[in-house]
This record gives sequence, C-alpha cells and structure tokens, in this order.
Amino acid sequence: MMEHVPLNFPFLAAALLVGISFYILIFKRNLIKLIMGIGMLASGVNLFLVALGYRAGGNAPIYTDVPEGPMVLPVPQALTLTSIVINVAVLALMLTMVILIYRHTGNIDSKKSRILKG
Amino acid sequence: MDKLLTYSPILIIAIPLAVAFLIPLISRAGGKARNALVIASLAFVEFLVIILARDIYLNGIHIYTLGAIAPDLALPGGVMVPIRIILEVDAMSIFMGIIWATVSLTAAIYSLSHMARETGQTRFYTLSLLMVAGCFGMIFTGDLFNLFVFLEITSISGAALIAFRTRFADAVEGGFKYIVISAVAGLMFLFGVGLLYAQYNSLNIGFLASVMQYSMLDKIALTLFLMSLTIKTGMVPLHMWYPDSYSVAPANITAMLVITSHACMYAVFRVCFSLYGITLGVAALGWIVVIIGLLTMFVGVTMAVFQTDVMRFMSYHAISQMGYMWLGVGVGLAVLGNPEALATYGRDAIGGGIFHILNHAMYKPLLFLTAGALYHRTATRDLNKMGGLGHNMKFTLILYIIGTLSIAGIPPLNGFASKFLIYESVYQFNPVLAVVAMLVSIITLASFTKAFQSAFTGPQLPEYKDVKEVPKPMLIGMGILAAGIIFTSIFPGLVLEHIVYPATDALINQAAYVNGIMGGIP
Repeated sequence: MMEHVPLNFPFLAAALLVGISFYILIFKRNLIKLIMGIGMLASGVNLFLVALGYRAGGNAPIYTDVPEGPMVLPVPQALTLTSIVINVAVLALMLTMVILIYRHTGNIDSKKSRILKG
Repeated sequence: MDKLLTYSPILIIAIPLAVAFLIPLISRAGGKARNALVIASLAFVEFLVIILARDIYLNGIHIYTLGAIAPDLALPGGVMVPIRIILEVDAMSIFMGIIWATVSLTAAIYSLSHMARETGQTRFYTLSLLMVAGCFGMIFTGDLFNLFVFLEITSISGAALIAFRTRFADAVEGGFKYIVISAVAGLMFLFGVGLLYAQYNSLNIGFLASVMQYSMLDKIALTLFLMSLTIKTGMVPLHMWYPDSYSVAPANITAMLVITSHACMYAVFRVCFSLYGITLGVAALGWIVVIIGLLTMFVGVTMAVFQTDVMRFMSYHAISQMGYMWLGVGVGLAVLGNPEALATYGRDAIGGGIFHILNHAMYKPLLFLTAGALYHRTATRDLNKMGGLGHNMKFTLILYIIGTLSIAGIPPLNGFASKFLIYESVYQFNPVLAVVAMLVSIITLASFTKAFQSAFTGPQLPEYKDVKEVPKPMLIGMGILAAGIIFTSIFPGLVLEHIVYPATDALINQAAYVNGIMGGIP
C-alpha cells in the first residue's frame, strides 16, 4: 500500500537520477556513456513527471472497473508518454551519430575523436 | 477567406508537417515535382503568415484552441482552467513568424541549387520542412509542454540536417554536439515545466501567469527555463557547441538554424515577460541578462577575429550579435517594475533589441549564404586558401558587402538603426554598457574587412580562374534577404512603427496576453 512509502521518495529518486546523470555528462569522456547519461536524465525527469500524477486519495484514470471517489487528471501520464517517445528518437539519433563518428575517427573517446577546435 | 484566417495558426504548422511526409511520395514523380511542392507549400505558408499578421495588427491577439467546437473558445462551458492545447499568436509571435517564414522560403530557394549535387535530397527536404513546422510551433504555441515538444522536433531535425553531409567527419561531430546539447536543454526545460505543473495544475502560459505566486519552486523553474533556453541560443559560458555545429552544416541550414536560435530567444522573452512578467519586478534578473549579454557580445567578437574558417568566423559573429539583443531586452527587463524608466528608455531598449533580431535575421542568413556560395564554388571554407574571387563572383561580392556593412552598423544600413536605438537607450541606463557595445561594433567591422579582403580581393588565383558566378536560385535566395535589408535601411521608421513596437508592447503588456486566454474571467 502507498501509505507505507514516504510520499517524497519518488522525488528523491528522480533528483538522484538527475544528479548522477549530470555527473556522467560532465566527467565521462566515452560517448556511449554520455548517451547513457542522457538516458538517465530522461528517466529522472520522467519519474518526476509520473510522481506528480499521484494525488492522495485519487484513483488512477482508467475507466474500467473504477472504484468510488475522484479520479486524478491524466495529464502527467500523457506528458511522460510523449517525453518517452521523444527521448527514444533522440537516443536513436545520437547512437547513429556515434556509429558514424567511430567510422570516421576510429574512436569514441571525446578527447581523441574531436576535430573541431578553437 | 475568413475560414482561412481563423484556421491559419494551425495551418501554418500543419502544412509543412503534412508536406514533409508527402515529399517521399511525391519525389517518386521526379525531383522537379518535389522541388515545386516544397517551394509552393512554403510560399503558401508565407501568404498565411502575412494575412494572419495583418489581422493581428488590426484586431489584436489571435487564439486557436485545438479540438474545441469553435477555435476561439479557450474556456468552454464555464471551465475556469484552460484544459486544451491553445495556440496564442500575438504581435511578438507573428513578428518571429514573419521572419521564420521568409528565411525558410529563402533558404529553400537557395538549396535548390546548393544541394543539387548531394544525394538523399528527398530526406533533406523532409527534414527541412519538419524543422519549419517545429519552429513555427515553438513560436505560436501558448502551452509550455507543447513548446517543449516543438523544441525537440526542431532540435532533432536540426541535428540530422547539420550532420547531413555524413561523408565529412566534422559534420557528424557538429551534429552530435548539437543533439547532446539540445537533449540536455530540452530535458531541463521539461523539468521546469513539471515544477510549474506541480503547483498550478496547468500548462497554459496565460493561465500560469494569472496565478503565478513567485514562490521558491517558481524561481527554480525560472532558472531551469533560462539555463536550458540560453544554452540553445549560445550565450557565452555555454557557447562552445555553437560554432562547431553551425559551421559544418550546409549554408542554407545554418541560415535557418540562426532563426531557430532566435526562436529559443523568443521563448526566453515569453517566459520572462509573459509568464513571470511583473512578478520579476526586481532589477537583479535584468542585470544578469545584461551582463551575460555583454560577455556574449565581447567574447563572440574576440573569438571571431582570429578564425580562418569562413563559416566558423560568421558563427562567432552570430553569437556576438545575439549579445546586442540580450543587452537591449535585459535593460528593459531590469526596469520592468519601474513604469517611469520603462516609458523613458526601457521600451526603446526592448524595441532596439527586437529590431536587432529582425535585422540580424536578414543579414546573418545573407552572410551565411554568401559563405555557402564561396564554398559552392571553391569547395573549401578556409579563408587563407581563397583569394581574388571578386573577379568572377561579382553578385556574391555585392551581396557580401551589403551584409558586412549592415552587421557592422554602418549608417545608413539597418544594422545601424537598431544598434543606435540600443546605444541611445542603454546609455541612459548605464553609460558603460553603451561604450562596450560600440567597441564590439568596431571590432566587428575590422574582422569583416579582413575576411572580405582575403576572400574577394587580390589577384586571381590560378586554381580559381574558371570559377563562375553561383547559379540563379542561390542569387535569388540571397537577393530576397538583401532586398529586405535595403527596404529596412530606407524605411526604418516604418518598420519600427508597424512591426517592432507592436511586438515590444505585446511583450510588456502581460495583462493582454493573459486576457487572450482567460477572456472574461477577472
């Protein structure tokens, strides 16, 4: 049951995910790890959005076999779905580009595969 | 005609989107049919933007509610909160809309010749039209989450277009940097949207503005919005990706990307003025924007001086010119809570910044397109390898001179008109700021003279003896922008009065924007 879980727990988890992903984005030089970092950032933000959808005492907005009482507005869930779809596209595009970078330079270390400077 | 006007906000977004996915089908009938479709659809969008603009200047804000019985029904049946996605087009949005419609049409005409030698043109035009649709969405939407979605559409298609010439390693690297930066910025923006939704249960900018408390969470959300959007515009501490990405894209795409940066800047203004507005009645935020603006213009121009890659050189100048707009609007933001100062010089400062967006949106794409013309004929971007091209490329030379004089702010060209407005109004706020702005303008002229000298003047080089003038579509594309520059130079007062100041007032007047959605509800 929900009462046993502290209400802030999902938000803390989201903050932790965002924090870790920023650490990865800043300090990791492997491009694949960088993409994983962005994936984690996306998960953190999505978790945050989904957690917003919870209202104490509200029902999930599914119309089959619904219990008595108010229903929550399904906007955060819709936002999260959209955001997930967008992130799939972004991650796929980034991975494609890493493949191309590897073909051109033979390296996926951002220090070594870098051409543009100045 | 009335129907067309009523539905024009959504049609302007939907037509490029639909045509983008029609293109693979139509191109089976041949390249000519595809090109005709692209140009025809963009020309029709331009026509729609113009009739919409005329209506907005006459009758005020135009809203379109998606999925409602009547398009202008923002709050159906006594609901107090707008629940549908609403497009809200005011004078500032349509100002950006006119710019984007014109530049995308110009870039499309230019690309008919510039991209003719590339493979995969069908995909190229599909992605370009997706970017057109995405950026129009960013400009017209009145909904924060919708803004995020369109921001991502613009970013994804933009990154794919930057890396379009995948045979070059630098193009792929530029595209990768762009998509990484855009993804991080987009997610930060989404986080901010979540913070606002958590408190006010709505995503509509007008509604949020009417209930804004300016609590601690709102301040965090504001910081996230500003950071994410200013990364995307290339403000100085976070500008490193900007020249890398913009210099490797095809020139017609760079010309469009400059305007997508302006669209992100527009989103910053929307957030600051329309969403937070009068609750920001403290000078601190204005000062932050002003100082970052100063840094942006100064660092941009000093980095530009010693570039040898012509596209990179112009990208740094694009960063530097953005600084002027931040400076002008920042001063306006700093005095937003002080009606007296706002009336004396604040409105002029914002007007100067916005006028500079218009001018920059004409001369910077023009300069990028001339750089593309040089690349088209010499197959190099290195200024040191060029020389004596003025002998054979006379029209390109003239167009380059028009762009250069305009960016350096030489009277009587339009760059001077907007910069002078900024100097004059900023001087009353703080004289030091105006002095730095003038210094940057001088360095700009110096570095453009250097680039001009190394590309166009001097004796003809043997390897470029047979260089011809670029094909007609490229000249027509550049010519449209040059004509715009000359028109604005001759009638700056007309443009200021009919396009720029309505946009300025739309930004300052937060109540009008809120009323556009909330209507009769007090």
